[in-house]
Amino acid sequence: MIPILFGITLISFAVIHMAPGKPTDLVTQLNPKVSMEAREKLNKIHGLDKPLYVQYLDWIKKIGRLDFGKSFADSRPVIDKIAERLPITLLINVLSIFIIFIVSIPVGIKSALRKGAPFDKISTVAVFIGFAIPSFWLALLLISFFGVHLGILPVSGIVSLDFEKLNLLQKIFDLSRHLILPVFVLSIGGIAGFSRYMRQSMLSVEHQDYIRTARAKGLPEKEVIYRHALKNALLPIITILGLSIPALLSGSVIVEKVFSIPGMGLLMFESVFMRDYNVIMGILIVSAFLTLLGNLLADIAYVYADPRIRYEK
Amino acid sequence: MKNKLMLTGVIIIILLILAAVFAPKIAKYDPTYINIKEALLPPSEEHLMGTDMLGRDLFSRMLFGSRIALTIGIVAVGLAAVIGVALGSIAGYFGGKIDSVIMRFADIMLCFPAFFLILAVIAVVGPSIFNIMIIIGLTSWMGMARLIRAEILTLKTRDYVLCSRVLGASNFFIITKHLIPNGIGPVLVSFVFGVAGAILMEAGLSFLGLGVQPPDPSWGNILMEGKAVLGVGWWVILFPGLAILITVLAFNLLGEGLRDALNPRIK
Repeated sequence: MIPILFGITLISFAVIHMAPGKPTDLVTQLNPKVSMEAREKLNKIHGLDKPLYVQYLDWIKKIGRLDFGKSFADSRPVIDKIAERLPITLLINVLSIFIIFIVSIPVGIKSALRKGAPFDKISTVAVFIGFAIPSFWLALLLISFFGVHLGILPVSGIVSLDFEKLNLLQKIFDLSRHLILPVFVLSIGGIAGFSRYMRQSMLSVEHQDYIRTARAKGLPEKEVIYRHALKNALLPIITILGLSIPALLSGSVIVEKVFSIPGMGLLMFESVFMRDYNVIMGILIVSAFLTLLGNLLADIAYVYADPRIRYEK
Repeated sequence: MKNKLMLTGVIIIILLILAAVFAPKIAKYDPTYINIKEALLPPSEEHLMGTDMLGRDLFSRMLFGSRIALTIGIVAVGLAAVIGVALGSIAGYFGGKIDSVIMRFADIMLCFPAFFLILAVIAVVGPSIFNIMIIIGLTSWMGMARLIRAEILTLKTRDYVLCSRVLGASNFFIITKHLIPNGIGPVLVSFVFGVAGAILMEAGLSFLGLGVQPPDPSWGNILMEGKAVLGVGWWVILFPGLAILITVLAFNLLGEGLRDALNPRIK
């Protein structure tokens, strides 16, 4: 765990410091009125005059205190900027994971139980399309249909302008209306993937001895499937969920950009355009930490779900 | 059934490659030629896919876009495959400290959500076709390294490897002549899926304005420009999206088919 955390900071630092020129150039080079002394002073403030390894050590000490430095764009602490954006990204990601589970597990089970039936064939085609459809294109199609053509769903932001004036119930309603399209777009790849995994997993469980035993002792089919097969088939899904967190987070950059949702993905996009290196480094590290955290949670969930792992140790 | 799907994929890919290679011959117009008088014409015989907001022929732009998509997809994943196979086979063959250093490095790289890492590098080196290829390549070798390593771990205990070593073959010879050719199967499957992924990635980056830069036509940046005419020019949005969908679908079908062909258990 610790070496991986260390590695994450090292790679993030290395990436940003491949940059030709200094981040302060944006303020200095482009402004002829800034004198040499002022430039050096600015470099000193940001610690850019020291050798690289000193900069790295200084920086990593600060990271320990969750101090990612200040944004070059507006001089606010990076951690504050990320902290105000992160909950939104987490919200749409958690909702997506929820939707993915709700949809893909029943679809996977149903396709596996009636392999080759019309439902299986249709869902297989849908899965292939879901895998291949570019999320930003889907987003544009949905925006033009529901937002522009029908005009029934909002297409940007997460709340309406008059959000503050609404009561709690209206607030929830307003928020959900704004989230329908983005969450759907973010989920689509996951739904395709997990339906496929669930189907595969159910199919491989079906032929196990304990399923034959359950059937042989005369258990009703429902009990065989939901108590014996499903529980075992869900195990690999937990691991795959942990592994799919980076993909979900990656997806939120595009989704947040298309729907103008002020989350961490949009902040990343804006910072890349402005070469706001401190913010970029901060987000890079936070996103990698989230991935690690997701893997850890998946491991813990796995131990709970699978008694064999608990008893072995 | 499966074979037919794979065949469909292969046919689409061949057509795409032909379209890309002969783009200058097929296209009636210069893909970057601006003609405001003909802006936003719907599809017709003159302009098969209509024209965009600057009056450029969309069909020509789509054809040249296929060059960019395929080049970036294949070169980027080719680079990833070279890195992945090299590192993975060294790790698997030598084991011990070398193995744990290389694979730990891969683990760390896998912690970064790909899109965030790629965007960060683009912020540093700037967006261009060349940079995008290199960056996607450098950030997507980890899966292939794991695959070839797993293969080599089982292959290196085989008798023919021992035999070769007894005969005095060098490590390099054993890795390149015995182990990699025998263990390359899963990497090949991963390569095909990887091309699909890289094409999606390039389109996504270009759509954000951080990939292929206008006036070079990429399916992603055509879509980005189409966003501005969302209500008026449906064709500017429809065709590039469909092209990405079909291309990615074709590579995925080929990948599925290859995987089944290489894994006799599923048959």
